[in-house]
Amino acid sequence: MNPASVSIALAGSGGAGVLTSGNALLEAAAQAGWYAYLSRSAGPQIRGGESVTMLRICNDPVESPDDTFEILMAIDWRNFERFAAEIPLADNALVLGDADTGPPPGFLTALPVRYHELPLKRTASGIAQGRPNMLALGVLAELIGIPLQTITDMLNRLLQTKGQVALDAGVSCVTAGMELAQKKLPAVQRLPAPAPRSPGERLLITGNEATGLGAVRGGVRFVAAYPITPATEILEWLAPSVDKAGGTLVQAEDELASINQIIGASFGGTPALTATSGPGMALMLESIGLAVAAEIPIVVVDVMRNGPSTGIPTKSEQADLGMALYGLHGDAPHLVLAPTSVADCLFTTQWAVHLAEALQVPAIVLSDQSLGQSRAVIERPADLTFMARRETPASVSDGYQRYALTASGVSPMAIPGMAGGQYTADGLEHSPVGTPSGSAADHAEQLHKRQQKLSGFNYGRHWADIEGKGDTAVITWGSTTGPVREALARRKAAGHTTRLIAVRLLAPAQPASLGDALAGVERVLIVEQCHGQQFYRYLRAHYELPGEVRTFCKPGPLPIRPCDVLTQIEDWL
Amino acid sequence: MDTEGTTAALAARDYKSSVKPVWCPGCGDFSVLSALTKALAEMQLPPEQVAVISGIGCSSRIPAYLNTYGFHGVHGRALPLGVGLKVARPELTVLVSGGDGDGFSIGGNHFLHACRRNVDITYIVMDNQVYGMTKGQASPTTAPDWSLSKLTPEGPGINPFYPLVIALASGANFIARASTSDPNGTARMLVEAIRHPGFSFVQILSPCVTFQPEQRDWKKLVRPAPVAATSDPAKAARRLMTDDNLFVGILYQGSREPFQPRLENRLEHPTELEEQFAV
Amino acid sequence: MSADRSKPPAGGADYTVDELLAHSLAIEAEAEERYTMLAEQMEVHNNDEVAKLFRRLAEIEGKHVAKVQALSGDTPIPHIAPWDLRWQGQSSPEAPEFDDLHYLMTPHHALELALQGECYAAEFFADIAASASDATVRQMAEELAQEEREHVALVEKWLARYPKPDRNWADDQDPPGQE
Repeated sequence: MNPASVSIALAGSGGAGVLTSGNALLEAAAQAGWYAYLSRSAGPQIRGGESVTMLRICNDPVESPDDTFEILMAIDWRNFERFAAEIPLADNALVLGDADTGPPPGFLTALPVRYHELPLKRTASGIAQGRPNMLALGVLAELIGIPLQTITDMLNRLLQTKGQVALDAGVSCVTAGMELAQKKLPAVQRLPAPAPRSPGERLLITGNEATGLGAVRGGVRFVAAYPITPATEILEWLAPSVDKAGGTLVQAEDELASINQIIGASFGGTPALTATSGPGMALMLESIGLAVAAEIPIVVVDVMRNGPSTGIPTKSEQADLGMALYGLHGDAPHLVLAPTSVADCLFTTQWAVHLAEALQVPAIVLSDQSLGQSRAVIERPADLTFMARRETPASVSDGYQRYALTASGVSPMAIPGMAGGQYTADGLEHSPVGTPSGSAADHAEQLHKRQQKLSGFNYGRHWADIEGKGDTAVITWGSTTGPVREALARRKAAGHTTRLIAVRLLAPAQPASLGDALAGVERVLIVEQCHGQQFYRYLRAHYELPGEVRTFCKPGPLPIRPCDVLTQIEDWL
Repeated sequence: MDTEGTTAALAARDYKSSVKPVWCPGCGDFSVLSALTKALAEMQLPPEQVAVISGIGCSSRIPAYLNTYGFHGVHGRALPLGVGLKVARPELTVLVSGGDGDGFSIGGNHFLHACRRNVDITYIVMDNQVYGMTKGQASPTTAPDWSLSKLTPEGPGINPFYPLVIALASGANFIARASTSDPNGTARMLVEAIRHPGFSFVQILSPCVTFQPEQRDWKKLVRPAPVAATSDPAKAARRLMTDDNLFVGILYQGSREPFQPRLENRLEHPTELEEQFAV
Repeated sequence: MSADRSKPPAGGADYTVDELLAHSLAIEAEAEERYTMLAEQMEVHNNDEVAKLFRRLAEIEGKHVAKVQALSGDTPIPHIAPWDLRWQGQSSPEAPEFDDLHYLMTPHHALELALQGECYAAEFFADIAASASDATVRQMAEELAQEEREHVALVEKWLARYPKPDRNWADDQDPPGQE
């Protein structure tokens, strides 16, 4: 348990508004100067279902849920069993309910927790337009130590469109909630006061929004969209944003249309992107292969969810790695990248756009539901460094060869409109000029070209985050990086150093760089959120791993927590 | 039409590449190639401003035979390629081309939505009622009793697809049928199709002399439609009720606004988009 | 297969000199272009004998193009859109139709096509020579008709060297996947 962090869960059903209150608390905490990380869970109903908001507030940047929750508050307990496994409670956790909405489930009161009841419903009914979730907000704010003024300022922004009456009601409820907490609840250990922050030095953003932002910053100006959980928010954010930037988003009839529309737009010279999840990317694979063969840059974001097939659409897993790496038919080298945190969604997407354009190749970005739909306070990203910059011919004359064999493997790409540069892009194998060819020589040369342009490129230091020293290393990727990082921080605090290697560039593999990163390492723990050891097998296929190797594979839907990783390491050593 | 300047006017042959078509001698697609190059020459479009997008099939080979930009994509997905290109680069002339299998079977869904979306492109389908490249299977426009395919030895047994009906119902802005027996008439129809704003669809009856040799008789059977093109979808629909797939001419010229997003940058710098998240 | 056309080309009484020149240029240019395309098809399908024949015919038509341009002297020949030319419903009279080809066709078939083309062209000009109202047009049309008759004679002589093939000329032991 981290004394500088508190984890809160707020549950309710039937339109109780726990998501609104949770987000309001998040915003207030952010305004107050803390860091925070919010995720949520819900039943399958479109409306009126049970839901829970899970919020972690911390003095330092936070990229992972904690091991346990210190506070669980329920406006009502309907169907709460659904969420039980996702909300492991700390010993002595504070569990708050409302006698007027029913007793807590038996399994909760059997745990070593402190249960209290608060008359939220009754108190709310005594306030004009009062709502229990706003009272809950006040209770939680008081428990953590968020000043009333901060909450009021935040409510002003949140409710400004709903009118003064709603605002007044909100403030009254929050005040009443604070009073209830003061009178009826035991004191909890509060967070240390946050460090002072300059306004605007941080962002409050979801991974999906950060992905969209990275795309536009990287130069994407055409997006084709087909909605799918949990990627839809990327597309919804991009629709007005790419339009403001002079581009456009088109909603297509299916994923097959989306992927081909972006290939068409990119053939026309416009950096293009689509976002989907596992089932959608499976549909797109044939056409991603077309972009590999015709050497057309595109970015495809896969916000991974539980599979296989329809799976668990609202939950996270890291099991599309195999498809991303090996799903294209033929020998079809391409880029696969994965952000390691909500903040990294911005950088990695931007970098992917840059790489795709520089190398004239598809880049698959493997995000996941836990990154995409979690909302976090992050540092404002650094200045633009990686931008779309496609190599085009300075001039074209007779004999322009679209797929000319060059030292780097990248051949200048004529853009429609350039006189003299006319060529026909093709999925068929082709000669350097671009005419279809079945010759062994042409096939060998073009295969080599498409491989060489990726394997010969210098990706620099961003291929992985390599931190810490020691003869034990943990190798991971994607969203598991957060809990792994935190686990290793705790070990360091206890006097043990461990090396962390969080891979960002999964394809092409970087054996030399990983070799350097593993110098002196005698044992390796591989951590991934899937059942089939996809990452482990990929590492074994492409890299030399030293000494002893162990794997920790835990499929979704539950997140991997720092204690899970710590247990694996401590049991081993 | 741009015939200004000191450069000589482009002739139809200037739109042809040096690649020799591999279509069977007798194939109707040669006539389409001829008609298309004549149409482009009549419009004097600079070849570098034209892009021809296709899927997979005999007729989809056409981009390589032209001196324009081209894209030979995957089976059934030519229309979204063309839509994406045109929306991102509206100043180009984008033609999408292919056969009846590519366009109406695997591509059927994209056909519906392309008509519906009404982007300013022209879709040319060389309809020979068969899958030629894969050696003679029934296609969505094949007659139900055509029994010469090993895949459907009793004949497909199901109704054929009526492309003009689907195009009209889905909102295409220009709908026409042509025949390769009249390359000049086809050329004129293509010029009108390309010039007409929005999604223009031209079904060209193009015999496959190898797998449907009876289609050579089409030239004796096709005839001009008895009435001129209409801008009234209901009239067009009534004409289609008695259509026998052999009337040639422009059926419908609509006035729907084409779909074309504005593409106008309103930011000083893309990082302005971050401000909505600032704490 | 046979080279068969259901409609003869349309002549007419009201040609001007310009229109006549434009139509003859179109006839010859289309024929040259068409024979070139046919030659390429035959080359791709490994029918060398007929390919060479079509190439030769294309060359000859190219010379005819030059002749028509010479006829017009310094005055540029006006451009007429392909569909406004007066042969409706088909390509120009002299150019073989695309669907008259067969990948196994023999020189006899090719020359029959050429002969029909030349005959149609001759008829076309003769028709104008007989019925045009303008004397210059009639004279020019007669010259052109005479040229075409010479082409007819040339092709007839050529054709005499290639007798009709036997009934099995189209047999291919390797059919393309259909019985």
